[in-house]
Amino acid sequence: MNVSLDDVRHIARLARLELTEEEVERFRRELSTVLEYVEQLEGLEAGRAEEAPAPDQPLRPDSVAEGGDVAPLRAAAPDFVDGFFRVPRVIE
Amino acid sequence: MIPGHRCTAVELSEAVRAGESTASAAVEAALARAREIEPLHAFLSFREEEARREAAEVDRRIAAGEEADLPLAGVPVAVKDNIAIAGGATTCGSRLLEPFVSPFDATAIARLRAAGAIVIGKTNLDEFAMGSSTENSAFGPSRNPHDPTRVPGGSSGGSVVAVAAGCVPVALGSETGGSVRQPAAFCGAVGVKPTYGRVSRSGLVAFGSSLDQIGTVGATVEDAALLLSVIAGSDPRDATSAPEPIGDLAAALDRWNPAGARIGWPAEYFGAGLDPAILAACEAARDALAAAGAEVVEVSLPHSPYGIAVYYTVAIAEASSNLARYDGVRYGHRAEAGDLSSMYLKTRAAFGAELKRRIMLGTYVLSAGYYEAFYGKGTAVRARIRGDFERAFERVDAILCPTTPTPAFPIGEKADDPLAMYLNDIYTVSANLAGIPAISLPWGRTPARPDRPALPIGIQLMGPDFSERRLFEIARFLEGKAPS
Repeated sequence: MNVSLDDVRHIARLARLELTEEEVERFRRELSTVLEYVEQLEGLEAGRAEEAPAPDQPLRPDSVAEGGDVAPLRAAAPDFVDGFFRVPRVIE
Repeated sequence: MIPGHRCTAVELSEAVRAGESTASAAVEAALARAREIEPLHAFLSFREEEARREAAEVDRRIAAGEEADLPLAGVPVAVKDNIAIAGGATTCGSRLLEPFVSPFDATAIARLRAAGAIVIGKTNLDEFAMGSSTENSAFGPSRNPHDPTRVPGGSSGGSVVAVAAGCVPVALGSETGGSVRQPAAFCGAVGVKPTYGRVSRSGLVAFGSSLDQIGTVGATVEDAALLLSVIAGSDPRDATSAPEPIGDLAAALDRWNPAGARIGWPAEYFGAGLDPAILAACEAARDALAAAGAEVVEVSLPHSPYGIAVYYTVAIAEASSNLARYDGVRYGHRAEAGDLSSMYLKTRAAFGAELKRRIMLGTYVLSAGYYEAFYGKGTAVRARIRGDFERAFERVDAILCPTTPTPAFPIGEKADDPLAMYLNDIYTVSANLAGIPAISLPWGRTPARPDRPALPIGIQLMGPDFSERRLFEIARFLEGKAPS
């Protein structure tokens, strides 16, 4: 599996990671190595994905419950004003 | 730094319930031992004041005659720092969550409290539980109590060290690919990965959601079983928690008779790369079961060699999705920046190298054009791994195999070779992929060599869904036969 430097930059953009040029080169090598290892699955005759383990997951009743206390969420937020999370400017 | 004498959680809680000891004394002893083992860096934070207050409350409840409701009366517990405790830190070993204060208790924590246990501190881990050595913690590695130049394993390294070094009798960890069993093997403790769905994950920080499960660590099989019996069971806060009854997981384990039990011996787990001392340990355990009347049956798990490849498609894909939430908007670390896009980038720059690697890999395998080839294929082969186990468990009650291919390795040895680090989990990932329960228990040590001292060996038992009770019985039997 040959991952290019441009592939790494593209993936980093998708993942919202800012990489240094040194990291771009390192991840190119490391991603290639790991993905090459994973490629051994390619020739394998596999089952269907739907056969994957799916434990019983009964749904809880759809009823109104207590909760929704804003105070701890406000306390945990970096910037919280008038019931909203505030972020830096989105558009110029 | 080998532990001195200590009593088990079973003995301690009995003594506290009987009024022969107190929760307060147990907590003081644990905190004192925690200070002695500080160089091992098992803990990231302590709850000294809270623990003392909670211990006094347990002692008050005992005095009020409520001891019957307290199966873990006065038992000090260490908890991996990716499990939330209200009002305290849950750093996940990451700068991203360094400023975070948990607004609620994980369900497992609430159940520990109700049972009379007292959490004394939060333990070190690989950042967001991603690693096999605890070297990926943003706050520095933990060290193996049997040789401090070696890793304790990971990612639940701190919890296992706290138990193995005699600070607490039991601890909580979490598993995605072996993160409780592998450090338990490296440090000479018992580590349990319960069936997927056995324990509520409400309050456990997500890594790979189709794999994650809270697990227990104990110095003895009975203690690890007792701890699991307290935290197990369905929970309306976790839709993946299973409704199956828990049963009594810990009582009278030593009454089990191996005669007639069928123990599986999987050829695929004893190939190249396995340390000869670990192979010999598995053979000795097998022979002990056979000598007591168990039937040893060769089984085949032909897709197990693909476990790591499958794991590193499924787990990284789920990790990259789960880690998208760390964007500096709602909680945790936020880096200041002039616009939103820069804020995301600068905030997420606080992830460590392994986290970035896994986010990159996960984003890659989920990206357009690669999804089917990697994630789709991985999920399909995963079904085959599950199928292998289902066929094997038609013929056997449990499977016996190694937990790790080698004993604990030196700190730094695999730090620059991600694939070598990942391959350390080769015997543990299959249980996570299949969703089945598994236990690692100590079986003696490797012979001392010029390049390494005698180090603990872990052997593993795997069983069908919800067979924890049977695994504990077999493990308890083997515990009695194991060399020290």
